[in-house]
Amino acid sequence: MTTAIKIQDLRKIYSNDFEALKGINLSVEKGEFFGLLGPNGAGKSTIIGIICSLVSKTSGDVKIAGYDIEKNPTEAKRKLGVVPQEFNFNIFEHCEHIVINQAGYYGVPRAIAKARAKILFEELGLTDKSHVAAGKLSGGLKRRLMIARALIHEPEILILDEPTAGVDIALRRSMWQYISGLNQKGLTVILTTHYLEEAEALCNRLAIIDQGRIIADSPTQELLQKLHSETIILYGEFPEIIPELVGFSLRKIDDQTLEVDLLNQQSIDIVMAHLSHHNIPIHRMKNKANRLEEMFVRLVEEAHVQ
Amino acid sequence: MSNNNIQWIAYKTVLYRELHRIFRIWKQTLLPPAITISLYFLIFGNFIGQRIGQFQGVPYINFIVPGLIMMAVITNSFGNVVASFYGVRFQKNIEEMQVSPMSSAVMLLGYITGGVARGMMIGVIVTFISLFFSKLTIFSLGVTIYTMVLTSTLFALAGLINAIFAKSFDDTTIVLNFVLTPLTYLGGVFYSIKMLPPIWKKISLLNPILHLVSIFRYGFLGIADVPVYETLTGLTLLIIALGIWTHWLLKKGVGIRT
Repeated sequence: MTTAIKIQDLRKIYSNDFEALKGINLSVEKGEFFGLLGPNGAGKSTIIGIICSLVSKTSGDVKIAGYDIEKNPTEAKRKLGVVPQEFNFNIFEHCEHIVINQAGYYGVPRAIAKARAKILFEELGLTDKSHVAAGKLSGGLKRRLMIARALIHEPEILILDEPTAGVDIALRRSMWQYISGLNQKGLTVILTTHYLEEAEALCNRLAIIDQGRIIADSPTQELLQKLHSETIILYGEFPEIIPELVGFSLRKIDDQTLEVDLLNQQSIDIVMAHLSHHNIPIHRMKNKANRLEEMFVRLVEEAHVQ
Repeated sequence: MSNNNIQWIAYKTVLYRELHRIFRIWKQTLLPPAITISLYFLIFGNFIGQRIGQFQGVPYINFIVPGLIMMAVITNSFGNVVASFYGVRFQKNIEEMQVSPMSSAVMLLGYITGGVARGMMIGVIVTFISLFFSKLTIFSLGVTIYTMVLTSTLFALAGLINAIFAKSFDDTTIVLNFVLTPLTYLGGVFYSIKMLPPIWKKISLLNPILHLVSIFRYGFLGIADVPVYETLTGLTLLIIALGIWTHWLLKKGVGIRT
């Protein structure tokens, strides 16, 4: 596997002396679906901004597909497609023009760009909006337009900066289905999102940034395994007193709800068998919190304590 | 694909987009100057001009036509770039260009060519309209065209610099309303500085627009208040200096990169 993006000792101090990045080291391999998570103001957008040449770095190196963004900007930028957090197209321009012009900025001849735009619009359900001014599109369609625009020059790496903020569930799912399909065909995807369940489901590798520092960087499953325990909620019909189960913590919330704390090595089967043995029916169960969310909160809290 | 090919296609795209913008909003870009300048021709040239009669050996309308064409070229080449570039900054779609491999030189050239195109289009439209009011004579076609190209380039550059530093839409109109318009009116469009007292004549010579109007008038009528070829050389050098500075501003990301 070769490196898609390599960041070394990246620092950024803004003109108001705010130190947004305090020596970031990060590596994204080709073909990965990489998630960059962090609370608001952690430095995610600054990293993305520097990779995309929208923000000037104070020091450090950024390479895209082996090309330094300052020494070989043309080659580096050609590899990259960007879907920004905020809508940033001319709202008066027609959707087709926006996408074809973007191709032109990358040196794609107009005839080729037109053919590609037609295919992308079909895939993203924008065909009937080709000649509509971008400002007249709904929020979801604007997001799709930004994806089409980012893909028109056939980049090797796609950066998605909070792409599903404010997007309804159905559209979010279809968008992820489409992006996952592209990832399976070899496109490297870098995602920043606040929806942690989304990151857990999609990303095969995650980095968590807080206060300008990377506090975790590993494959998603490896990161989740670091959770020592998780809480399961069981719904059923519970008696006044829950029979004790040695080694397990069971808390009755009300007559229909029971919470169970499970350590990493413990199995829910033992709890279920125990309850069944005492004729306590269980109708359904769920995780109390998203596992990644638990991990995220814990790591950020630990970083703040340190 | 070579870098030169990429930059060439990128340049054509910016220019195409700029021209498309000019024609898409033609009611704002092409029509108003045509109407305004027609009124100048009608009121100052016809109604008042007929009472003035001959001026520096030519009918008064013929004297003011070059200045009025120049006035339209200046305000439109400046206005086109300041509005277009500040617009992409304000809507943040300048990021479309920033993330792409397009060089800052191409971005500069694209916007300047767009401004020059609008200035020249207006120049041609206004010249055509002037034919309804006066009998056009051309003394030197070369000087006329060269002056029009240089003037629109200079003010397109000025518009771009204004747009780079502007922090609000108000800032995009201040230079046009409070600097360019007064300087144009005081730039010998309607009179010759030879009519002014010596002290005002000297002060007037500090006004760069006076020099542009004067050499443009030379192209039409063969009369000028300033030395023609020295002014053209100075103007060319000024454009080169401003072009280099503006390129540096874009390359450094002033106003467009944090």
